Amino acid sequence: MKVLLMHRDRTFDTQRKMPPNELALMQDLELGVLLSAMAGEDKFLQEVTRRAILSGLADIDEILYRQSTLKDCLKNHRVVRDIYKVAEETTASEKGIWGWYNPYKSTDQILGRSVKVLQLCVGKLNELRGIVDQHSGEFESEGFKALFAMLKGELSDEYLASVQALLNGLESSDGTLIKAELGQGNKGTNYALCRQPEKKQGRMARVFGTNEPRQFTYSLDTNDNTGTEMLSKLRDRGINEVANTLAQSSDHVLGFFTSLRTELAFYVGCLNLQDLLTRKGEPTCFPTPRARGGRALSFEGLYDAALALKLNQRVVPNDLNAEGKDLVVITGANRGGKSTLLRSIGLAQLMMQCGAFVAAKSFASDLSEGLFTHFKREEDTTMRSGKLDEELRRMSEIVDNLSSDSAVLFNESFAATNEREGSEISRQIVGALLERRVKVFFVTHQYEFAHSLYERKMANAVFLRAERKTGGERTFKVVEGEPLETSYGEDLYDRIFLGAAPAPAPAAPATTR
Amino acid sequence: MTFHSILFERPEDRTEPWPAAPDFFIDLNLDQVVDDIIAGREEYGLKPFFLAPLKSVGAIEYRHEIMRELEAARTRDAIQSFAQAMSRTRRYWGISAKIIDKNVKQGWFLNAVEAYCDAVGGLARDLEAAGPKSRGLSSFLEYLKKYAESSEFTSLSAETKKVRADLSTAKYCLLIRGNQFSVRKYEGEAEYSAEVERTFQKFKQGAAKDYRIEIPDFLDVNHLEEAALDFVAKLYPEIFQGLDAYCARHPNFLESTIATFDREVQFYVANLDLVAQLRATGLQFCYPEVSESKEVSSRESFDLALAVKLMREKSYVVTNDFYLKGDERILVVNGPNQGGKTTFARAFAQQHYLASLGCPVPGREARLFLFDRIFTHFEREEDISDLRSKLEDDLVRIHAILDKCTPNSIVIVNELFSSSALPDAVFLGKKVLDRIIQLDSLCIYVTFLDELSSLEKTVSMLSTIRADNPEVCTFKIVRRPADGLAYAQAIANKYQLSYERIKERIRS
Repeated sequence: MKVLLMHRDRTFDTQRKMPPNELALMQDLELGVLLSAMAGEDKFLQEVTRRAILSGLADIDEILYRQSTLKDCLKNHRVVRDIYKVAEETTASEKGIWGWYNPYKSTDQILGRSVKVLQLCVGKLNELRGIVDQHSGEFESEGFKALFAMLKGELSDEYLASVQALLNGLESSDGTLIKAELGQGNKGTNYALCRQPEKKQGRMARVFGTNEPRQFTYSLDTNDNTGTEMLSKLRDRGINEVANTLAQSSDHVLGFFTSLRTELAFYVGCLNLQDLLTRKGEPTCFPTPRARGGRALSFEGLYDAALALKLNQRVVPNDLNAEGKDLVVITGANRGGKSTLLRSIGLAQLMMQCGAFVAAKSFASDLSEGLFTHFKREEDTTMRSGKLDEELRRMSEIVDNLSSDSAVLFNESFAATNEREGSEISRQIVGALLERRVKVFFVTHQYEFAHSLYERKMANAVFLRAERKTGGERTFKVVEGEPLETSYGEDLYDRIFLGAAPAPAPAAPATTR
Repeated sequence: MTFHSILFERPEDRTEPWPAAPDFFIDLNLDQVVDDIIAGREEYGLKPFFLAPLKSVGAIEYRHEIMRELEAARTRDAIQSFAQAMSRTRRYWGISAKIIDKNVKQGWFLNAVEAYCDAVGGLARDLEAAGPKSRGLSSFLEYLKKYAESSEFTSLSAETKKVRADLSTAKYCLLIRGNQFSVRKYEGEAEYSAEVERTFQKFKQGAAKDYRIEIPDFLDVNHLEEAALDFVAKLYPEIFQGLDAYCARHPNFLESTIATFDREVQFYVANLDLVAQLRATGLQFCYPEVSESKEVSSRESFDLALAVKLMREKSYVVTNDFYLKGDERILVVNGPNQGGKTTFARAFAQQHYLASLGCPVPGREARLFLFDRIFTHFEREEDISDLRSKLEDDLVRIHAILDKCTPNSIVIVNELFSSSALPDAVFLGKKVLDRIIQLDSLCIYVTFLDELSSLEKTVSMLSTIRADNPEVCTFKIVRRPADGLAYAQAIANKYQLSYERIKERIRS
């Protein structure tokens, strides 16, 4: 019984190795903020959503499958949360049934506990059936339709009744009937608990006496303590197998609930995120994934969801049309929104590839083989080697894991040395990456580097600049434009050190749109 | 040709093992080598086989043929399963002998014979399929086939199967109620386990945890089990009478040639096991060309004891080459301490000794000499109860060796006279070497004296150091004239103490 809400054809793999750049992505794209919004303090929700976001899909069809499931969730959010609650309760209640942790556990205890767990599960399966019966008509997506049909088919009334009957039979017993065969050295082996035959109580039995088969009986002496213990060991041996099967079965049934919980967790996380963004009045949309290799990137109203969640106001959105571009170079004013734009692009790419909605009015991009970030790390206290050294080591790690059609987001990289040297390093790296068909986004204030790329007049490159109005006021909007030599750091300096112009907040003034 | 032994083709090839390991075993670490080879096979008592070197090239080739054949997986597997079944036979038989309760005793006896029939039948089938060509294995196969087809064995096998089949029909039920249990025939009652599994089949996913409890079980049965078994015997009287009669008919079922083969063939298997482990780490083994020519040579040889030790430490051993041509007889090994000189000498002697046993030897290829005896002179801890001085002790021991040494002997000398004054050491060393040269024996002479490396019949070899770091030895021993200055110069450079550097540094 597979839930199959995350993939059409397979179960969501929670053991999958996370990409080596996991930590860098978490840090550079501020995924922690996003995950808190999706999962709150719930460790389970956090874990599943984190895994979903970091192990993106590589296939358009798979993404659309999740999108349609998510659309169903947004439409029927109450029912979805109810089903999630049933799964959550079952897995939580199981932990309350005492028994596993007793070091002197016996087969009797294992048997007894398994029956209790299975009784709990039967109750919850009935509950689940109830929800399905009532609401299945309201769902439209392929994933939910298949799930509900499967549940209806597998959890029929007859089936649920037969499970109940089996459990009842195991709970009551008149003596223990154990089958055995002769093994090595004629020792009894293959012990197995058997169902006792029904006592024949018909007319014939009454006339001819009991129908008991020929048997020999051994009674222990009352003071035969070893004998008592051996007899109980013998009984243990008889029950061992069925206790094992029952315990495994209870694991499997619980496994189903865990799986149900896992496969719903990502969607519940998305529901939570949607709730928060809606409350802030921020738009979301379902993105359009484009085929891998065909360079596409266009968006309207893209904003950094992590930043939006942190602030109390709306943030400045950006638009871009960069179809057919392998290289996006972003230059311009300090604190002018360059990094924010870079982060919002990375975040949207990740969200798109895990099948979620994105923080934009519209968003389309080609599928990426892997998303890597190379951000300058100013406050890295764990750093032992020199700064440039550290940056190059990180770059080398990224290169270890790169393949064509991956994307790398650089944020002021290789600026830890003088501009000429840094530019040359950057040029060589970027040149090689483009040659290997890697998509490159580069935020830089190194004019020499940016300008030299601009001079090449590459058709597959686009140059953006943090906008500023005449008079030095930043808009936090990034627009297309040639790299300019002057940095706007002077402005910042003026503001902070000399208290010149009034500081515009990082959030957008209402005039930007 | 009649089958004599898997170790010796003919009775006259047989060599008697020494009662105890000779002195050179310790010096050459051959005691470790043998222990490494036979580890885990204590039940076979293989050690004597390693204390009886062969005396003819023919006897060595007999073993090479068999050893090579056993390298093929098919032949190897055939012997392996045979050995396992024979080992079970011995174990079960031993258990049966110790038990008193008749039903149980006979049960174990049946297990023992079953294992034996498996061993014989399996080997006859598997070995035939492997198609052995070696003299040893093919004539053994002939013998085995004859035995397996004999009425003695076929009737044993048929009866064993019959008794087992009967016993397997004796299924029964135990009904446990409070402090008593009843035994009755099994009448097809349904098993819960199957029902549970069927019911929850649809939830099944992947591997499941094993919840079975480890219930301590001993080979011997307790009185309840004996009582239950007694009831089973009463429920199925004919079957148990059949078992009784069967046991009485076959008290001694084990055939002696088969049993001897089982032990002796382990000599080969044990060797090949260790060889395979070392080959997996990239080391080479070969079947040496053994002859009476003293033009010996070897490529990529190594000290087997050291290789095993390093393998366990996940490290690797350095291999070395050597050759003697024309009238060259003596390798004089020179070079820095801890540079692998002694190891090189050991490897040389080990190769020869292992070759005389018919074993594969360390190295990619080797041409080795069929020696009569091996002598070693290694440094000893000074014995204070002995009044002789160290120099005197050295001389007494080397004299005893040279007395017994023949032109066909191998002599390994390690740092002789190292504690005496230099002129003495040079003088005595030359004297000893002269004697060995006269004898025309093969010799490795490890020394710190450059002067000894340029005599007739001798070849100078050097342990080498890394060019970029003179403190690190490569453990490579190469054919090169001794030159004590090169190493000193390198060390001097490293510490800025060379002639030029000292001049520069002191310049005021």
